[in-house]
Amino acid sequence: MAKIHSEEMFINMGPHHPSTHGVLQLKLHTDGEIVTKIDPVIGYLHRTFEKHAENLTYPQIIPFTDRADYIAAMNNNWAYVMAVEKLMGLEVPEYIEYLRVIIGELNRIASHLLFYGTFGLDSGAFTPLLYSFREREKILDLFEMTCGARLLYNYMWIGGVSHDLPDGFIEKTYDFLNDFYFRKDGKDAITEFNQLLTGNKIFIERNADVGVLKPEDAVNLGVTGPALRATGMNWDLRRNTPYSIYDRFEWDVPVGKGLYGTVGDNMDRYLIRMDEMIESAKIVKQALDQLAGVEKVDVQAAVPKRVKPDAGKEIYFRAENPRGELGFYIKSDGSLKPSRLKMRSPAFCNLSALSEMAEGWMVSDVVMILGSLDIVLGEIDR
Amino acid sequence: MQGIQTFFETTLNVPAGWALVGAAVLFSLLIFIVLALFVIVAVWLERKVSAVIQDRWGPMRAGLTMQGELQTIADTVKLLMKEDIIPSRVDKLLFIIAPLLVFTASFMVTTVLPFGPAGVASNMDLGIFFLLAVSSLGVVGIVMAGWASNNKWSLYGAMRSVAQIVSYEIPIALLVIAIVMYTGTFSVTGIVEAQDTGHGFLGWFAIRNPFLFIGMIIFLIAGTAENNRNPFDLPESESELVAGFHTEYTGMRFAFFFLAEYVNMFIMGMLLAVLFFGGYTPPVYLSSVADMPVLNVLFGNSVLWIILKALGVVIIQMWFRWTFPRIRVDQLMYTCWKVLIPFSMAIVVLNGFWMKLFNLV
Amino acid sequence: MKQYWSNIFTSIYTMLVGMKVTFKHLFKKPVTLKYPYEKDPNIPAISRMKLEVEYDDCIGCKQCERACPVQCIHITTTKALPEDDLAPTSKGTARKLLTTSFVIDFSECMYCNLCTYPCPEDCIHMTPNYEFGKYDKDLLITDFSPLSSEEQQQRLKLAEDLAAAAAAAKAKAAAEKELSSTASGKEQ
Repeated sequence: MAKIHSEEMFINMGPHHPSTHGVLQLKLHTDGEIVTKIDPVIGYLHRTFEKHAENLTYPQIIPFTDRADYIAAMNNNWAYVMAVEKLMGLEVPEYIEYLRVIIGELNRIASHLLFYGTFGLDSGAFTPLLYSFREREKILDLFEMTCGARLLYNYMWIGGVSHDLPDGFIEKTYDFLNDFYFRKDGKDAITEFNQLLTGNKIFIERNADVGVLKPEDAVNLGVTGPALRATGMNWDLRRNTPYSIYDRFEWDVPVGKGLYGTVGDNMDRYLIRMDEMIESAKIVKQALDQLAGVEKVDVQAAVPKRVKPDAGKEIYFRAENPRGELGFYIKSDGSLKPSRLKMRSPAFCNLSALSEMAEGWMVSDVVMILGSLDIVLGEIDR
Repeated sequence: MQGIQTFFETTLNVPAGWALVGAAVLFSLLIFIVLALFVIVAVWLERKVSAVIQDRWGPMRAGLTMQGELQTIADTVKLLMKEDIIPSRVDKLLFIIAPLLVFTASFMVTTVLPFGPAGVASNMDLGIFFLLAVSSLGVVGIVMAGWASNNKWSLYGAMRSVAQIVSYEIPIALLVIAIVMYTGTFSVTGIVEAQDTGHGFLGWFAIRNPFLFIGMIIFLIAGTAENNRNPFDLPESESELVAGFHTEYTGMRFAFFFLAEYVNMFIMGMLLAVLFFGGYTPPVYLSSVADMPVLNVLFGNSVLWIILKALGVVIIQMWFRWTFPRIRVDQLMYTCWKVLIPFSMAIVVLNGFWMKLFNLV
Repeated sequence: MKQYWSNIFTSIYTMLVGMKVTFKHLFKKPVTLKYPYEKDPNIPAISRMKLEVEYDDCIGCKQCERACPVQCIHITTTKALPEDDLAPTSKGTARKLLTTSFVIDFSECMYCNLCTYPCPEDCIHMTPNYEFGKYDKDLLITDFSPLSSEEQQQRLKLAEDLAAAAAAAKAKAAAEKELSSTASGKEQ
């Protein structure tokens, strides 16, 4: 019997779309419902961050790093500030390191909560979004108490942080962690999230075996973060190239095991992020417990008056963001402003894996795979 | 409607043909008002149910009691005042007819629904058959809307919708066969009267016959799919296809689609009530109160009960919508053809065995 | 075959679990506020929502203008004349400069708080006032100086004139010195 000849359809999943997590254009070539080729087009949110940074002094760049990945802003600040401190050879007091770890891991929980909500929304469940935002509000209230802002903080400074922890912060954080994970009576938020979405058969059917990424492909494409760990590779910068004081805490690195399907599918990426939230909660709890024994210093004591690294020095420093490996390359020429600043954004490299993962699946699956990569266009376009 | 017709003939001395026409027009207006009222209540209810599930308030300002009950009317007025945009390259005739067809199909079904013991517009002998046949016309309207929009995303939505609605009609038809086997008549009032045994809820088919109880659950799932509601709302999936087959519709035309969706939900609720839950029979039937004015409504056959049952089914469908994710097209087809249809066929056969067991044949 | 049946049972079971979770929320209070009838009473005092300037404490050092990454602060200063009678700031510093205009463009401000740290008098600070939206972008440009625009023009012109006069006097003095030195040179 002769094969029915059908033509390929070209669909534009344009910049205005409810599910592309920002202004991303995907050009899809489809054969019926099955996608044969994907061309992502980016650049709709380009704000010339790297060039603009050449006209700003080192401390003035910090608010601009917030705006790259606006969901995990504290971690962006932290990576940049650590890069400059390494460039200048600054030592930061222990108390500051503890503050940075607590705030950074809280922001990781907030970022993964947003992932949970939007992933549920992409799959058609409207309520997980509202539940995850309810928990996220509590974290944002903690941040507002500390530094005054809710989304774009300018909190981590070169050599310190901008504000010390206010009164009541530690109790409130313990309360939040209790309601989030540590209470044992089944009324914590993580149990509710799992009952609503993770265990749901429809959700599992949508995500198991879909969008498989193999470890070799992931490494070749430069994928990092939870997407890489989902393929089975145990690589976390906090463990493998330790920075700050992460070696003082006991926590596991979640790795993809293929519980519901194959290793490296959508479900693995989702489960790893849910586990990472729990691990971050453990880290915050241990840091708060250990904080009582640390000598308190003035948080702006070690902040230099003028940030002027030596001429001709350059550095590349990378940190583990909720989305992957965020790297900063800074080259100084002896003045107050950097001569070149480059930001290696994790979502940019993760997005390049989309065509590898999504070709051969249906249009509905492309939306889910894109959601599971957890990209932020602010970071991709800078 | 018979009552109104005889009223016209005897009291007002109108000739027979005109009496029929007049009664039909009046009854249709009555049904339209009931449907419109229902839609207003259902949209408000949907927003409130979703708000309660999501820990928020919902509409709170329109209306005298500040609970947002007049919000739907405000929205309808806004939709009426919007500019009527017809994109330049659409197929104009199909674009304009599509919403009318979808709404007409839903509205025509209400001619056979019994709104109470004497409240059926047309007591056909083939009532259920007519209902199944006419409700399929809605599919034609949806495909017209998707095609005429000249938009690939709308076409996707329309194609998915066609596959979905046509497939899920089969379990519904099979279950109707099971019920018809039980009662021996296709007429809707006949089915309700067969459940009117005087024992209240023990006479309902869903309680009387365990296979029909399972059939009720299957009917609920297939009915949700027929209405394009979550978890089967691929045709209008809000996160993938923006708005599916009604992307290009604005203003009052969009309001028609919206209206048709809620009327469809109501009809599905009424169908479930009629087929499985005893129609207008009350759960507790007291024959002694047949003459008292208020208790008559509560404990006898009345229109209140069928409306309440339909509303209950509608609330369950809303509950589904805000809890579950959406299923993909091929999984939808798998559910229909490999799960629901074999189960429905099994129920038809097992129902036959049950009837033989109790010597009902 | 076993997979088929287990699929059906897990589907029904997990659906019911999900429905139970959402059903429980029928009995919980909403977590949102009915803005604008109810406003959040717990906004911390260090919330950074809008900049405010205590004009009487400003000494016109322009540190905040230099620190701002987006250059949304524009300050002009003129020398304080004796008739201005400027009171010292609340920290006791004498005010030698009159801040004629202190313009902040709130549509450009990025609320980063970098301007508040260099101020020696703590006169620029962030307040938790978040309800200052306007219908026109030009209405967001605020001048914190109490001088009207004519007064500002006057002061600036005055400063210009004084500067011009001082420059002229200096040039004249330099020319006379030149003349006297050449004259003395000629004499000798």
